[in-house]
Amino acid sequence: MHAPAAMSASGPSLRQRLAARGFDAVTLLVLPAAIFSLLLFVYPFAFGLILSFEPKSGDWLANYQRFFSDSYLYDTIYKTLALAIPVTLLNLVFAVPVAFRVRLMRRQRLLTTILVLPITLGTVLVAEGLLNYLGPQGWFNRTLLTFGLISQPLRLVHNYWGVFVSLVITGFPFTFLLTLSYVTGIDPALEQAGATLGASAWQRFRHIYLPLLMPGFAITFCLSFVQAFSVFPSAVLLGEPAGLTRVISIAAYQAAFEEYDYSMASAVAMIMGFVQLAIVVAVLASRGLFYRGPASGAKG
Amino acid sequence: MIRDTTLGAKLWAAAVWALVAFFVINLLAMIGTVVTSSFATRWLGTWLPIGWTTRWYASAWSEFQLGDVLIVTFQVVGMVVLISGALGVTAAYALARRDFPGKRLLVLLFLLPLLIPPITFGIPLATVLYRTGLAGTFWGVVAANLVPTVPFVILVMIPFIEQIDPKLEAAARVFGANTFKLFIHVLLPLLLPGILAALLLVLVRTIAMFELTFLVAGPTSQTLVVALYYAVFAAGVRAVQSIDAMAVIYMVTTLVWLIIALRFVNPTQIVTRAKQQPAH
Amino acid sequence: MAIALSQFNEVRLDRVSREFGSLNALRDVNLTIKRGEFIALLGPSGCGKSTTLNCIAGLLPVTGGSIWLDKNRVDTLKPEERGFGMVFQNYALFPHLNVRQNIGFGLKMRGTAKAEMERKVDEALSLVRLQGQGHKLPGQLSGGQQQRVAIARAIVIEPPLVLMDEPLSNLDAKLRLEMRAEIRRIHNELGATTIYVTHDQDEALSLADRIVVLRDGIVRQVGTPKELYEAPAHLDVADFMGFRNKLKGKVIATDKGRAIVDVEGAKIGGVMREPLSIGAAAYVAIRPDDLFVAESGENALAVIVDTAEYRGREFVGTAHTKGGLELVFRSSHAVEPGTAVQLRAGEENTLVFAEPI
Repeated sequence: MHAPAAMSASGPSLRQRLAARGFDAVTLLVLPAAIFSLLLFVYPFAFGLILSFEPKSGDWLANYQRFFSDSYLYDTIYKTLALAIPVTLLNLVFAVPVAFRVRLMRRQRLLTTILVLPITLGTVLVAEGLLNYLGPQGWFNRTLLTFGLISQPLRLVHNYWGVFVSLVITGFPFTFLLTLSYVTGIDPALEQAGATLGASAWQRFRHIYLPLLMPGFAITFCLSFVQAFSVFPSAVLLGEPAGLTRVISIAAYQAAFEEYDYSMASAVAMIMGFVQLAIVVAVLASRGLFYRGPASGAKG
Repeated sequence: MIRDTTLGAKLWAAAVWALVAFFVINLLAMIGTVVTSSFATRWLGTWLPIGWTTRWYASAWSEFQLGDVLIVTFQVVGMVVLISGALGVTAAYALARRDFPGKRLLVLLFLLPLLIPPITFGIPLATVLYRTGLAGTFWGVVAANLVPTVPFVILVMIPFIEQIDPKLEAAARVFGANTFKLFIHVLLPLLLPGILAALLLVLVRTIAMFELTFLVAGPTSQTLVVALYYAVFAAGVRAVQSIDAMAVIYMVTTLVWLIIALRFVNPTQIVTRAKQQPAH
Repeated sequence: MAIALSQFNEVRLDRVSREFGSLNALRDVNLTIKRGEFIALLGPSGCGKSTTLNCIAGLLPVTGGSIWLDKNRVDTLKPEERGFGMVFQNYALFPHLNVRQNIGFGLKMRGTAKAEMERKVDEALSLVRLQGQGHKLPGQLSGGQQQRVAIARAIVIEPPLVLMDEPLSNLDAKLRLEMRAEIRRIHNELGATTIYVTHDQDEALSLADRIVVLRDGIVRQVGTPKELYEAPAHLDVADFMGFRNKLKGKVIATDKGRAIVDVEGAKIGGVMREPLSIGAAAYVAIRPDDLFVAESGENALAVIVDTAEYRGREFVGTAHTKGGLELVFRSSHAVEPGTAVQLRAGEENTLVFAEPI
């Protein structure tokens, strides 16, 4: 801040030249947050990446070689995908018709408030609640028994389905609220125009809404998938963490906090990040095939 | 909005509402199970418990040292709210008001911690915090929780600040306000609703933030949700009702703030971040 | 599917009502539209004109009455089954489809063969003078061009009825005049039966064969532009037709359809548009063009001039009477604010109305 006096003799000062490019005192306000982000987000990621190539023993790729040669480790990818992909698709397939229906509601707030509950309460509480609710003596099994739909209580906890249900309970509201915000973002006059031009309800969905919503659905899928893929507490509490629901985050956690092998843990975290990234990139790349402009009646 | 009145359309609508009702009923019943169990004397193999009691709350309070845990929780949450507010609002102001080279990259940098799940970046973050000795301490937990909340505040506040006409600030300057007075008399009152909404959401998110706190907390720096996880994890050691009583205490602390937050924000915003339409 | 109704004679609204709280309600709207007619629905915002249009289009259900195309009842059909063309206020062009696809949308929904579709789209493009723009997306077009696409999209399906909902309200003044002429030209070329909603009486007067004036969901008057302009049936219609001076007074004499009204002691004579008896409260309505600065006190009001704005060929002045009535007048010569003058009402175009309900 003392420079300008010295610079003023020779043309525009440094401060003026920086200001012309958009750097001035106000811009500097971004610095604390940016430095914070570099220190606590970018640096740990970079550190973890490098650390993953510095295994406790063996050459620089040893961690990755171990991961991809040990079925106990590499199977976690399939197990996680086997949970995340069906759950995400199911949530999206259910969220779309519900969003289209709720869009017509005048008082949406009560429903959206109820749906926001499981997101706010978080996975630990949902896991605790489902342990009782879905258990052999829980209200869910009791109701099915009373109606005579089953003769034996269903086994719904400490297996794949417990984790699956918990991911639906927290994931469906998330997917739904995202979908709803995309659906309501589309000018209703477009549907009306479609109707006056002879398009039936299905044709209006197929030719107007769907193409306009595809980019939003792609983003919704990605965000929901990434959430489901990183499932952790419910996989431990509601699943069989040593068996069918030994998901990748459990592998990473055990490496770090049970084997104290931070190098291996970082490698698993990097693999987890890479799988998420690969799916997201694949989905978003296909998004390029669709229209991506504003979804309103053209003139703003 | 075109409302279809044919039979097929009505059946379809009924099916969709049945789906919603099924989901909501199960969700509420799940919460109801926890609450019922926390007041139950004994509850095995029946629809409702044999008798009712509140003693599990007292036992949960002492068994899990909930007094200490709650104090730590509120200290962590309070710190996270204050720091993420200070860092986030200033950065959002700069990003909303100035265009500079590298701005898009910076926004992407702030977007990433919200898109990447905490467990993915939490493991390397915990590693770094253990190396520096911060992990297990109060400030380690605060630092880890700030990673997603600072970007969250920034991304909520940018559209909010953008909708405030910069001419208002120019007008205040013309009428003789200096930077400090400008901030106190013009910016703060205008930004307050947005800041309040953003910070309330941060508060709710931080109370419920399990993964990051779990990865870096030590015995004296764990928050309520982490304590709850350990209690459920070690189920069998304590009575189920005691754990459920703790879960109810956790629900109440979260929901009180959620209800307050919902007075200022739309539920959808908890997921999608503020998309305020500028008034035409 | 769209009903084949190219051969029809009239569209009839029979006591169409729509209850919707108290706002946007329609009450017993009766209207018969002949084939090829251009009808304007005119009224202030909230008068029910857009509601009427949406009921005809099927976008809003009617709660009473019926709509007929000759002998076919259409109000029970879904919008997509009516086959009407509609031009929306914000155009509602599909942002993900290019101009050709937008125009061809209705044909595609009808399963028209590709070759025929291409031919019809080409015809429509040339009708709205957008040849060569077919592959652009709506976002790449100017407001006027988007408007042309919206019109082409509505007429390419050869609908028995074209509905237009304030189509020019999003355009600037110059484009609005240009598009107004375009809409008239296209109507003349195709002869499509058209219902046109507007709140701008200039638009209605210049475009329509007949104008329907609505207020509070009630049809106030139906007539040709000339009839409405010269002989509005009620005070509120007169207000819409440019009778800016509405002077409250009392009828002191009537004779063969004319009345003399006492306005603050001055006697003003005019044509009675509603039956009035001596002693009844009445309003005298005069256009600014029919108020002249005069010497004599006959048929005139004594006023003090407040302002006089120069408008090129003439002055537009405002003035007030002793009793506080505000008047707008035109003058060929300058008048100083503050001077006392007489404003004489031209007898032919001065109308006398009953008090509005």
